[in-house]
Amino acid sequence: MNILVNYVVIPLVKIVVIVAILSGGIAYLTLMERKVIARLQHRLGPMRVGWHGILQPIADGLKFIIKEDIIPIKADRFVFTIAPGISLVPAFIVFSVIPFGPPDSLWGTGGYVTDVNIALLFAVAVSSVGVLGVILGGWASNSKYPLLGALRSSAQMVSYEVAMGFGIIGVLLVANSLSLVEIVEKQRSMGVWFFFVQPIAFLIYYFCGMAETNRLPFDLPEAETELVGGFHTEYSGFRFSLFFIAEYANMITVSSLAVTLFFGGWLRPFSSVAALSFLDIIPPPLWFVIKVLIFLYIFIWVRGTLPRFRFDQLMRIGWKVFLPVAMANVMVTGAILLKFL
Amino acid sequence: MLVSYVPIIIFLVVAISLPVVGLAAGRLLRPFNPFKEKLMPYECGVDPEGDARERYSVRYYIIAILFVVFDVETIFLFPWAVLYRKLALFGFIEMLIFILILMVGYIYIWKKGALEWV
Repeated sequence: MNILVNYVVIPLVKIVVIVAILSGGIAYLTLMERKVIARLQHRLGPMRVGWHGILQPIADGLKFIIKEDIIPIKADRFVFTIAPGISLVPAFIVFSVIPFGPPDSLWGTGGYVTDVNIALLFAVAVSSVGVLGVILGGWASNSKYPLLGALRSSAQMVSYEVAMGFGIIGVLLVANSLSLVEIVEKQRSMGVWFFFVQPIAFLIYYFCGMAETNRLPFDLPEAETELVGGFHTEYSGFRFSLFFIAEYANMITVSSLAVTLFFGGWLRPFSSVAALSFLDIIPPPLWFVIKVLIFLYIFIWVRGTLPRFRFDQLMRIGWKVFLPVAMANVMVTGAILLKFL
Repeated sequence: MLVSYVPIIIFLVVAISLPVVGLAAGRLLRPFNPFKEKLMPYECGVDPEGDARERYSVRYYIIAILFVVFDVETIFLFPWAVLYRKLALFGFIEMLIFILILMVGYIYIWKKGALEWV
């Protein structure tokens, strides 16, 4: 009975809340992106739907639902139909292991859906399943631009995943745990965010995250000036929106993991300094959200600032810069840690 | 504990139901009016030339193979990193040898030009 409540009922409530927040968050992230990009370009952005375009995401969502769903005649119908789902589902279920509050929060049920001991491995593994949706979608379209976009995107995603994995190992060496809850707790007990211990690992992780989510300056898979729309050229209506939602969900995942691994998750700044305890007035989950928003803002800021890489440059940076630097980071961290054992 | 994975399965079910419900709801609302030109693959307005699934650059295959090799290496490093404090000097030297062997392969593919994209 107790197990049923603890592992089914309470998580289910949390899941529904998280999915609701995530869906609303993604919708308004698109508005935030359009507004911020507009300000960066001295425009106003959406202004018509509601006050300063505040209802724009709802209008967009409605439009996605009532648009015709076109499946090209030459496409592989089955794969074409399920590909957006394959992209979307992993992007969502990663949030089952991301902690947004301490274990004693939410009336003692813990500020997470579940705390598994391999949370980090799970998050990395599941979020990389999303690339399958992109490849399958591009391939099933049986059209030239989507296929090229899908090939590029798969090459890019797998290349940067290697460097990302090496980057994360730097954190693991310090934290000695794969549980995301324990990684945050470790940052609290050590009194320092892992960003200050592993700055190189963070930079590698965040840049690779940008590449994995197909964001500028790494958005080659959707390079609209050369590939029309990239892998989702043939998609329309709601199925297109699923790819879109998946991309934004992945941005939130990358930001959440960056916050959890390197910026103390739900901890307030300087959590060991008692003099700053007035900061506790903001509850831990809100600190988490604030930090995630900062990273999402950087995503948009970078998009508004940097031009796109060329594909050969992209592969060169991934394999010849990030990978060796990440490997060196692991070895140097290991060597330094030997002194503290 | 194995039971702590149950919420993940619940989340999976919820996540799968989202697009299914959305598509089902949309079916009642959206128009359905296909015709030949609309269903053609997009090729900038011209009639599509030949089949899309032609041979593509061999570079993509090389990248795929390299990915498998290096990603398996990272998986080996995960448990090593978690147990690093217990393994101490032994673990460090072991991994140094492991990485050195990896580096030999890495330098080889670099010199062979497998990482060039021309």
